[in-house]
Amino acid sequence: MVFLVEFNVLRPDPGLIVWTILIFGLFWFLMAKFAFKPIAEALKTRENDIKSALDEADHARKQMAKLKSENEAILQEARQERSKIIKEANDLKNSIIKEAKDKAKDEANKILTSATLEIENQKKAALTEVKNQVGSMAVQIAEKILKKELSNSPEQTNFVHTLVDEMNLN
Amino acid sequence: MDKYFVVFSFFFFTVFASLMLPVNSSAQGHPVEHNEQSHDLHKKDHTDNHAEEEGFNTAATAFHHISDQNIFNIGPFHIPLPCILYAPGKGLSVFSSSKFDIGSHGIGHNAVDGYVLYEGSVRRIVDPDFPQGLVKLDGEHPFDLQKVQINGKEKEQVAVLYNNKNYNTLAKSTLDGGVMGGGITNFYDFSITKNVVSMILMCLFLAWIFIKIARMYKIRRGKEPRGIQSFMEPIFLFIQEEVSKPFLGDKWEKYQPFLMALFFFILSLNLFGQIPFLGGANVTGNISVTLVLALIVFIVTNLNGKKAYWKHIFWMPGVPALLKIFILTPVEIMGMFIKPLTLMLRLGANIIAGHMTIIAFVGLIFIFRHQFGGAVGTGVGFGMSVPLTMFMMAIELLVAFIQAFVFTILTASYIGAAIEEEHH
Repeated sequence: MVFLVEFNVLRPDPGLIVWTILIFGLFWFLMAKFAFKPIAEALKTRENDIKSALDEADHARKQMAKLKSENEAILQEARQERSKIIKEANDLKNSIIKEAKDKAKDEANKILTSATLEIENQKKAALTEVKNQVGSMAVQIAEKILKKELSNSPEQTNFVHTLVDEMNLN
Repeated sequence: MDKYFVVFSFFFFTVFASLMLPVNSSAQGHPVEHNEQSHDLHKKDHTDNHAEEEGFNTAATAFHHISDQNIFNIGPFHIPLPCILYAPGKGLSVFSSSKFDIGSHGIGHNAVDGYVLYEGSVRRIVDPDFPQGLVKLDGEHPFDLQKVQINGKEKEQVAVLYNNKNYNTLAKSTLDGGVMGGGITNFYDFSITKNVVSMILMCLFLAWIFIKIARMYKIRRGKEPRGIQSFMEPIFLFIQEEVSKPFLGDKWEKYQPFLMALFFFILSLNLFGQIPFLGGANVTGNISVTLVLALIVFIVTNLNGKKAYWKHIFWMPGVPALLKIFILTPVEIMGMFIKPLTLMLRLGANIIAGHMTIIAFVGLIFIFRHQFGGAVGTGVGFGMSVPLTMFMMAIELLVAFIQAFVFTILTASYIGAAIEEEHH
């Protein structure tokens, strides 16, 4: 077989040029109208959507962080409040106990004092009683003695009376 | 451009080796030739050609395979394509290339309205007396290739054989003004060629995908991409974020469809040409196609050029007047045209180089078979060819993407420079 050694791909061929202009031009026009523009539009819309969604998410995250920090502050405050209340309650408890103790002590002291006083009084009363008893006893004894010695002697009775009076006066 | 040099050194090495071979093999090939002589009517005219046929001419094969054709070869099948031919003074001829009765290697056995098919390309017979309509040509190989001297330049002259008479033919008109060996001839070819069919196929394929994706974007508005949509979206976003926005600034949306169309048009045709056993259409490696793309880039750039752009070309601020008149302005005006010209050549040269290198590497099989003969040569050639071709195809796959990207990003940078507002 014989081949024509011609490098004809380097020769601009009017037929091929016309067809290329026609085909590429049509391809460019139709694709721009029906494919490339709608696709670019869709890509842009989606990009904007994603961007706004991301922005929103970022905003929400910031909001959340803010809320969280607020919550934290409230919690902290509550915690402080709680500890304060507990402390106050503790103090109150201590003071009540102390007061009660003091009161009890006072009461005890009072009771003690009154008891001592009573005891003193009773003691005094008892002593008086004893004194009286002793006096009467002594009188009785003396009576008896005297009865024996001085039966119906008025001088004697007077004398005893005088003695008893003396004792009473003392 | 390093890759370009590597490819071409490989290519020239192979071509050089293959050009040496026909000389050796012509001696070995004589017995075969004798066998064929018995049924060849035009043996005298064909002796030279047959000597060449015995050898494997890698360069010629490569040139043949990368050129645009009026038939679409897929393996052993020739798919005929519509021919739309115009000859001044004769008018339009429209017919299917199947009328040529296509044989092996795109040889037509018929002439239609004075047109013939040679190596898959339509040629027109010069002689106006050649009968019009469908005419059966002589024999199995009704062509005769001779080297002739025209104005001191060696040119190939293809003649067609009819009624034992030679009729000269001319190739279709090209617009290179003879620089690349073409020029205006006796007819113009506006046929739906292999390249046109490839372009239409790829554009339909892309349109189907893109419209499907656009619909998905509409239906799944604001939702995550799915299926083919998620496969293509990174590419859309890449062009948008890495190409359009950095170079075009705020006005990127206006030029985005153009850049997308350019990128996908080039990429799909680059890749389509890489598919083995599917014709290997060399569309983006054809200067006519890249010329149109570069021309459109040129028009878009200069139509949208702002005041600052023109000022920088014709009257660069802050430079002495003499320097402007004699150096800067001419250089800038040249630059206006050189920029799209480099776009055209870079894409074309890269794809041509890729296609030719792959053909050259595949051709190693035939070179070795002719050198060492039979199964041994074929085996050795196969062993060398397969890894090299696979390597080259991997590189070409990369080049397909890189060249589409480079074309697009440079276009964006040219437009970006033109639409930039004045700021000092």
